Amino acid sequence: MSEANGPKKRKMSLEKRHNLTGWAFLAPATIMIAIMSFWPMIQALILSFQTGKANNLEFGGLTNYIRMFKDKVFMTSLGNTFLYLIIQVPIMLVLALMLAQMLNNKDLRGKGIFRTAIFLPCATSLVSYAIIFRSLFGVDGFINSVLINLGILDKGYNFLGNAFSAKVVIIIALVWRWTGYNMVFYLAGLQNIEYSVYEAAKIDGASPMQTFFKITVPLLKPTIVMTAIMSTNGTLQLFDESVNLTKGGPGQTTLTMSHYIYDTVFKFVPTFGYASAMSFLIFIIVAILAFIQMKVGDKRD
Amino acid sequence: MKKKILATLLCVAMSATMLTGCGGGNNSGGDANSDANQNADEGNNAGTDETDPAPAEGETDTPSEEEGGEEGGTAEGGTAEGGNSLTVWCWDPAFNMYAMEEAAKVYQADHPDFNIDVVETPWDDIQTKLTTAATSNNYDTLPDIFLMQDNAFQKNVISYPDAFMDLTDSGIDFSQFAEAKTAYSVIDGKNYGVPFDNGAVVAAYRTDVLKEAGFTIDDFTDITWDEYIEKGKVVLEKTGKPLLSCQAGESDVIMMMMQSCGASLFNDEGKPAMVDNAELKKVMETYKALVDAGVLIEVNDWDQYVATLTNETVAGTINGCWIMASIQTAEDQSGKWGITNMPSLAGIDNATNYSNNGGSSWCITSNCKNPDLAKDFLASTFAGSVPFYETILPSSAAIATYLPAGDSDVYNEPAEFYGGDAVFAKIVEFAGKTPSNNTGVFYYEARNYIATAMQNVIGGGSIEDEIKAAQEQVEFTMQE
Repeated sequence: MSEANGPKKRKMSLEKRHNLTGWAFLAPATIMIAIMSFWPMIQALILSFQTGKANNLEFGGLTNYIRMFKDKVFMTSLGNTFLYLIIQVPIMLVLALMLAQMLNNKDLRGKGIFRTAIFLPCATSLVSYAIIFRSLFGVDGFINSVLINLGILDKGYNFLGNAFSAKVVIIIALVWRWTGYNMVFYLAGLQNIEYSVYEAAKIDGASPMQTFFKITVPLLKPTIVMTAIMSTNGTLQLFDESVNLTKGGPGQTTLTMSHYIYDTVFKFVPTFGYASAMSFLIFIIVAILAFIQMKVGDKRD
Repeated sequence: MKKKILATLLCVAMSATMLTGCGGGNNSGGDANSDANQNADEGNNAGTDETDPAPAEGETDTPSEEEGGEEGGTAEGGTAEGGNSLTVWCWDPAFNMYAMEEAAKVYQADHPDFNIDVVETPWDDIQTKLTTAATSNNYDTLPDIFLMQDNAFQKNVISYPDAFMDLTDSGIDFSQFAEAKTAYSVIDGKNYGVPFDNGAVVAAYRTDVLKEAGFTIDDFTDITWDEYIEKGKVVLEKTGKPLLSCQAGESDVIMMMMQSCGASLFNDEGKPAMVDNAELKKVMETYKALVDAGVLIEVNDWDQYVATLTNETVAGTINGCWIMASIQTAEDQSGKWGITNMPSLAGIDNATNYSNNGGSSWCITSNCKNPDLAKDFLASTFAGSVPFYETILPSSAAIATYLPAGDSDVYNEPAEFYGGDAVFAKIVEFAGKTPSNNTGVFYYEARNYIATAMQNVIGGGSIEDEIKAAQEQVEFTMQE
């Protein structure tokens, strides 16, 4: 690129040269992202218009997109995923914010230890933590042993055998795994808030509640929006917990969209076109939700 | 000027490396997503049991496999003596991996240069890797030989005919195998697999527990499921142990019951035939009754299932005879187990006490760079060596589908673990009486949705409605 630019350079205005330098810096990343990320996405989009089993694909127009709305299992998985989203994300974010607020206290002793302890679940592998939760909540698992020994239960309760409790277990697992992750973002956000703002509020006689809702939350808004978008995105693509913790069961009551997509390609006779179409629906949903959250959360314009 | 060009070049190079680094970071904006992929890879090794789906398509090229595959490939390309190593995928260290290694030893006796690299790969991973390789038309990642579940054979060969080698004229004598078994790996009259183990169903009971409840193993031989439930209630009452455990959300027990009366989820044309299927209705009623009576307990995964056997939680199990390898890991229970046939479905015309669950066959992939060696290896071990089967039988309970081995004296030797009973002769007899099974291409879909229906029935759903819903979903999935 620089060689091609060589002879022309002298005739260029300063502005043009600056522009060109900028593009030269941008180009490698743009090209890489285009090849590694956008090109496969376009391929997947083309694939999503094709129908057929395994490699026998032919063009089918919007067939796949119409088909998924007639698919009862996919609709069930969509419902399950949204249930996780609506219940788990708010619980997790509120909890993370509360923990961050507590651990941001300057006078707290051993806050380093607490912060590490709460963040540590994020360092565990998704598969292994899901498997550990599965054994914890097994019929003869740890939770049941504790409940039996405390005299709360007579015999082991099959947490993962009941639709309601299985969903609760997944939500507990998700909260355990991701709260610390979001807390770290809030801690970083909190440390960017000037301490003098709080002092001023204190002098003006603001209660701790008022300080929190009138100062902390508004100033943390960009961080909150970001964590909300990330959590939404992550939850809509939920896969490991469904596969490893509950196997989508009992029945299909905990099946997530990504898990079903995986099944249609790798467990069943593969229908790649249909699977891509379902993936694109997730993509569209994520885009819409992120757009709404950004509009709601960002009032600067 | 030269300096300037050099500086610009340097800048571009630096920014390229820097920005590509950032590019990777950009993608990880979706938190769970990228972590998930990464961690699925790590966790893959954790889920080593047979039934655990360890999802990792990205795992196709772990170093060890790559190495093995390349060794087989490149080495043989040039020299004549180089092509003497094969890579094999199979999944059970106590069973099929062990058998493969023993087979290699047998072959090495005549071919000292021969080398084998057996890679432990759970079946679900093999399926994933096969799908990935076949649909991207890049078979390089496949091994020379892998073990395939019989239930998946038709599906995979019909879906990806180019991934497999036709073994019809390979010199392997397929008439030496049980015909019903070979049928799994025959597609359009061509042989694609060398039959390996048999999944004849055995009912294994803890004779000491039965004795405590006032029964002997004879009370559980040639019985119906109704009698089984009645006796199971007595055992549960007197000893606190259920008779049977199984994995929730899996359809193994249902399918064993179905096959025991020669019934299938599909009709002869390959269309789903679940609605108005008298056998299926009876099977689901029986299963529900078993759960309601507490005679059958459902656990959540394979490890817990095996643990119910080895930890003495249950008084017995019903499964393919390969389960005996897992039972025998509890060495302290030697002599306390007995083997007999499974219960039959009362009131069904063709009901028998015999069925099949699992079983697998070896296939050679089209990626095999040295097909003659692979064929000769299989022909002279799994399809030609009685002493080989005599070696692996006692330690792994790999019941041969290779007929000449069935006459071997080893089968009539008493097994101490099972109270001195000649269990292997028994299993061969069971296998001979097993009705055949119609799998077809969409077998896994049907099993999956029947398992869902069963879970919903246990949760209080109506059997007719749930079967109807399952059939509709299978028909939906089968649409192009």
